[in-house]
Amino acid sequence: MSHLALNLRVIRALGLRSIRQTFRRPQLMAPIVVFPTILLAIQTGGAGGAVELPGFPPVQSFLQFMLAGAMMQSLMLAGNSGGIALAVDIEMGFTDRLFAAPISRYAIVLGRLAGTAALGLFASLWFFAIGLAFGAEIAGGVPGALLAIALVTVTAAAVGGIGAAIALRTGSASVVQGLFPLVLVVLFLSSAFFPVGLMIEPAKTIAEYNPFSFIVEGVREPIVSGVDATDTAEALLAIAGIVVLGLALSARALRHRLRVG
Amino acid sequence: MEAAALPAWRTNLATIGALMSRAKNELLRVPGAAIPGVLAPTIFFLGLNGVFGALTQLKGFETGAYESFIVPVSMLQGAGFTGAAAGVNMARDIEQGWLDRLLVSPAPRWVLLAGTVLAASARALIPATFVLAIALLLGAGWPGVDGLLVTFFMVAAMAAVAACWGSMLALRFKSQSAAPLMQAGMMALILSTTAYAPLALLQGWLETVARVNPVTQVIEAARQGFVGGVTWGGTWPGIAALLGLLLVFGALALREMRRTGA
Repeated sequence: MSHLALNLRVIRALGLRSIRQTFRRPQLMAPIVVFPTILLAIQTGGAGGAVELPGFPPVQSFLQFMLAGAMMQSLMLAGNSGGIALAVDIEMGFTDRLFAAPISRYAIVLGRLAGTAALGLFASLWFFAIGLAFGAEIAGGVPGALLAIALVTVTAAAVGGIGAAIALRTGSASVVQGLFPLVLVVLFLSSAFFPVGLMIEPAKTIAEYNPFSFIVEGVREPIVSGVDATDTAEALLAIAGIVVLGLALSARALRHRLRVG
Repeated sequence: MEAAALPAWRTNLATIGALMSRAKNELLRVPGAAIPGVLAPTIFFLGLNGVFGALTQLKGFETGAYESFIVPVSMLQGAGFTGAAAGVNMARDIEQGWLDRLLVSPAPRWVLLAGTVLAASARALIPATFVLAIALLLGAGWPGVDGLLVTFFMVAAMAAVAACWGSMLALRFKSQSAAPLMQAGMMALILSTTAYAPLALLQGWLETVARVNPVTQVIEAARQGFVGGVTWGGTWPGIAALLGLLLVFGALALREMRRTGA
């Protein structure tokens, strides 16, 4: 078997393990599905009147507007959960056994990221299903939905890279778990839940420059009005930035982990 | 010569005091453990205020300052998180065998539960005070001494309700894995109310649920001082709702406690 084929098998096996692990542990699954779903339902009912505010972009319903935000919340928490699971593997010595195996060390991290990407895919499908079930229309049709799903899936892997880097660096599940509030901060300071133009300072200015706002808009546009090349390009650029950051941090953290054991 | 036995009520009070003291020691020895409970409601307060602040422009809002409207919700959320954390701690005690040792002691089950619940009530005042301080710095209206007392009473009692809920789940599942259920349950109970907007502005299912959710009365009572004046008419429904919730969740938690180790 070629080296590449072997590593692909490792990535697949570890990715599947990561997915099974998440579905079996409620403490990993709940943040990905339960919390964002509860918040989506409550924010849609509680702040739904916002669509009547002057300056609110034209949308079919607040639920339609909020779907992208719920997907972003879910994928970011999936990245965090992936980091926690990797840190648990380090704490339990499982990662050490993988390091001792004749496989690429990067395949170990990529396997975890493949699992996180799959969870991002699951999250996007879940929220599309909820949206459609409760009457939200997908303005961009099937191509728009596919684009949104692809962006969410890739972003999940990108965010997972940062979670993995922190897990590799610290080797502590509680430290990675401690980042949970930070995920909420990043989300609130983006356009995930409300149009930037209607937010209050300083949240408004921060949200304008937050890379996650560009990704949210890239996911939202196909849902609320149709595919827009500029929004998609900006989202891809923001994702690329997070990928580069995640890879650089992960590579550095991996070297550190191999050094300290 | 045998020493005279203490009356049962004094022994029970001493046991409750010891359990509360243990919870206090946890807080003093691992202060970092309290940070998530303080941070989460603060982030929610700052985030919701920054994001949904423009909602006050909608007709039907009781106040022009969203920070005043949302601060009691965040304080109650802090109570919910703290109460749920008490459940997680009890699950940890079950996993580590500590609860087994308590169960073989002569202390009645309700005393063991009361220690956990009252400790959570006291502990909930920490995030509530922190969130309130941040809100006042950001310009939330001063609720007055009566408003403040009503809000803190609601916070303490809500934490007791959440602790009963968390303890019930901990005793049933006997695992910290039940933590998301403890937190999600409280989050849903507190937010499916008039948390984000007045009842008249809620949409669809949330309006229906908020009308029957007893926590709506708790939030309205805690909010009075921040958006207007405190009245007995605005306070007693909140007290009645909390008593009802405490009775139901307390009875369920006690039932699980009696089943445990029986």
